[in-house]
Amino acid sequence: MDIDQAIPTFLLEARELLEQMEDGLLQIENGEGDGETVNAIFRAAHTIKGSAGIFGFDEVVGFTHTVENVLDRVRGNELAIDRPLAELLLASGDHIGTLLQRVADKAHGHDPVVNAIGHDLLGQLARFTTTSTLPVAAASAAPVAAPAASSGGDSAITGNWHVSLRFSREVLQHGMDPLSFIRYLGSLGDIEGIVTLQDALPPLDALDPEACYLGFEISLKSEASHADIDGAFDFVRDDATIHILPPRSPLQAYADMLTALSPEPASLGEALVRCGTLDAAELERALAPAPATTTALVPVIADDTPALPALIDAAVPAAGGKPPRDSGRAKTLRVDADKLDKLINLVGELVIAGAGANMIAGQLKARRMLEATSTMARLIEEVRDSTLNLRMVQIGETFNRFQRVVRDVARDLGKDIRLVINGAETELDKTMVEKIGDPLMHLVRNAMDHGIEPAELRVARGKPAQGTIRLDARHDSGGVLIEVSDDGNGLNRERILRKAVEKGLVSPQQNLSDEDVYKLIFAPGFSTAEQLSNISGRGVGMDVVKKNIEALHGSIEIDSVEGQGSTMRIRLPLTLAIIDGFLVGVGDASFVIPLDQVVECIELPAAERQSGQRRDYLNQRGQILPYTRLRDALDLPVGKEGRHTDRNLVVVQYGGKRAGLVVDSLHGEIQTVIKPLGRVFSRVQGISGSTILGSGAVALILDVPRLLQQVTDRAAA
Amino acid sequence: MQPRHDNNGSPSAETGKEQYLTFNLRGELFAIGILSIREIIEYAQLTQVPMMPPYIRGVINLRGSVVPVVDLLARFGQGLTEPKRRTCVVIVEVDGEDGIQQLGVLVDAVNEVLEIPATDVEPPPSFGVHIRNEFIRGMGKIGERFVILLDVARSFAVDELAGLASVAATESETLAA
Repeated sequence: MDIDQAIPTFLLEARELLEQMEDGLLQIENGEGDGETVNAIFRAAHTIKGSAGIFGFDEVVGFTHTVENVLDRVRGNELAIDRPLAELLLASGDHIGTLLQRVADKAHGHDPVVNAIGHDLLGQLARFTTTSTLPVAAASAAPVAAPAASSGGDSAITGNWHVSLRFSREVLQHGMDPLSFIRYLGSLGDIEGIVTLQDALPPLDALDPEACYLGFEISLKSEASHADIDGAFDFVRDDATIHILPPRSPLQAYADMLTALSPEPASLGEALVRCGTLDAAELERALAPAPATTTALVPVIADDTPALPALIDAAVPAAGGKPPRDSGRAKTLRVDADKLDKLINLVGELVIAGAGANMIAGQLKARRMLEATSTMARLIEEVRDSTLNLRMVQIGETFNRFQRVVRDVARDLGKDIRLVINGAETELDKTMVEKIGDPLMHLVRNAMDHGIEPAELRVARGKPAQGTIRLDARHDSGGVLIEVSDDGNGLNRERILRKAVEKGLVSPQQNLSDEDVYKLIFAPGFSTAEQLSNISGRGVGMDVVKKNIEALHGSIEIDSVEGQGSTMRIRLPLTLAIIDGFLVGVGDASFVIPLDQVVECIELPAAERQSGQRRDYLNQRGQILPYTRLRDALDLPVGKEGRHTDRNLVVVQYGGKRAGLVVDSLHGEIQTVIKPLGRVFSRVQGISGSTILGSGAVALILDVPRLLQQVTDRAAA
Repeated sequence: MQPRHDNNGSPSAETGKEQYLTFNLRGELFAIGILSIREIIEYAQLTQVPMMPPYIRGVINLRGSVVPVVDLLARFGQGLTEPKRRTCVVIVEVDGEDGIQQLGVLVDAVNEVLEIPATDVEPPPSFGVHIRNEFIRGMGKIGERFVILLDVARSFAVDELAGLASVAATESETLAA
């Protein structure tokens, strides 16, 4: 194996590890981290150093080694990560990134700027290491053995009390609120870690809302005596199982408690690790010779080995090690994206060819042939779905990048803002994930700059001083819904309107709905910010955001309550390649409506079919259903008389609205491979692409939301 | 046929000659340098795209790719081409912002491939041809006749086709009133 060929893999994985490090540090900074987070950060740094050593990237090794030394002390509880240290470690992570970039650029010699930064960081880091020895080249002692050395003797290192609570089922019925006891504990000291045990929770249908199923493991930093802490639980002594362990208890005491409380002390012990009472190594020793050991999962890379080809094969996969929380490390395979795209294209062709075969079999009325082709069609569909799935990635990685952005921008703005992420596991096409990053960045920055008010104003408005930005993702009617929301100012309708009138975008007489007013901020050059900042406010951006999202066949809408915050709602299709569609005919032309937007098809009552009708709405089961003739909506030429039956109405839905499209004929469901129409048609509204039918003819794919928007606009004009 | 990516149709340096495909358009003789031509296909099924100017006739399926078809006559502002028995679609390749773009050109009939030496190419007259001058690269002399050599890059500039195509759309694009 040629060592150079492994370098791109090394870089890729090292960058991923850096991201993990950054995530971990941010978690700790926000007080969310635990011992495992520290371990993960340490392992990331360690693995980067180890792999870099194999390749002989001395710069990376030297610098990372110092970072690792500091982290090792943190892991050994000799050092706590406070804000300045987290800051320093984040900066160090960035510097490792820079060094890696130099490797990627094949930069030789010394860059004075990089060196100066590195030197400065090393100087700062040295204050946190007792042994700041820089390794010469790739030779250093492997600190993997650190757990054993991190604490001497048989007692836990923690200076915190450990309180373990198991409430009985009846505690709520007896009028006790478990929460109030925990709150009271908080008055005795600082609750530094708390883990809620939900294992006893029954499934929802068996759940008794009046019963308490929860247990808690609490790490309490307190000067109080055992009697004081024990006294807190006087009222629930009969309704709870309480264990209180003083600081620095013998590990055996923890082990006894775990065994007493749970048939699986190891898994309960995890909770102790999570709440910070024990670290993983201590737990391991406490439970020894228990089989479940956390540290055994740490990928070990020999640091002091010269670059032997045989080792690289072993070391490169190890460098991709995930945090051991997902212990059965996910088996993944890196595939060149081009290969994947080629496969998807071929599958696309296969879908078309399959549809063609099916159609011909139908025309020949060959029954057995039809059976065979429909079996094929089903298989092709499955192949298609699995192929497309290959491109699906979780959006979480993109979301997590924003933790750092929010932190940094919040600092620049002098605001206290936290980012809450939901639905990180939502999957969508990789291309989409890549392309949605920039628009999201804009929206998040905007929300921080314009949305979240200064702390004093927030307090005056009765909101918590800390602002919250939310990133949510979820699947919604065949697409993905991403929301960026803040609990800040909200949009100011009057101000937007005033500005829009000033800019001549609307006339003062116009009566606009809130929705229409908010849409104005997507107009090019529009900004209501009274002050320009380097974050946002120049009025470039929102129009670009909208354009980028529309380029992905998505849409964006705004929800806002003044004084309470606003939500940007982005809807995206799952993929850009293939969709299930519903084929309809208007005159000679065929159109495809994305199937997930089709609700039902009904026959248009004869009385409604004359196009001279004054009203274009129906009473559909008691609800008003506005409809439009597709021929009119698209300005299709009037063809031969008699072919225009206008018989059928397809009920479509999009973004919570329903409408009808009148067409001549319905041809049923088809799988369509989306073929972009290209630049020539880039300005056509209401058509999102094209597809090739089994017959070889080209059918156009309708962009239902934009088509109906256009109809709405026309009606309003 | 291999795709060719040299589509400015410039005469090759060694010979000073270039080969052109000649074709008829309502009785007039035109030619395009063959280096920008990919293939010629029969005029068959064509799918109209709504809300496009008349000179974009629609799209065709070219072995799995969707290719727009330009009505050259309409592009010159001389009315629509009526498809007849000999009507063809000449597939040309044009440099666009996103790389090579394939375009179909609707013509009444294709004739032959001719070699025209650079010395036999005259500049276009300042008037009298009834076509925007920028579309013409020159007038080729074939015996006693003149053939109009089209400038492919200008005649089928993708951005212009799209830009002009947007005129119809921009009206409805202005803010909801």
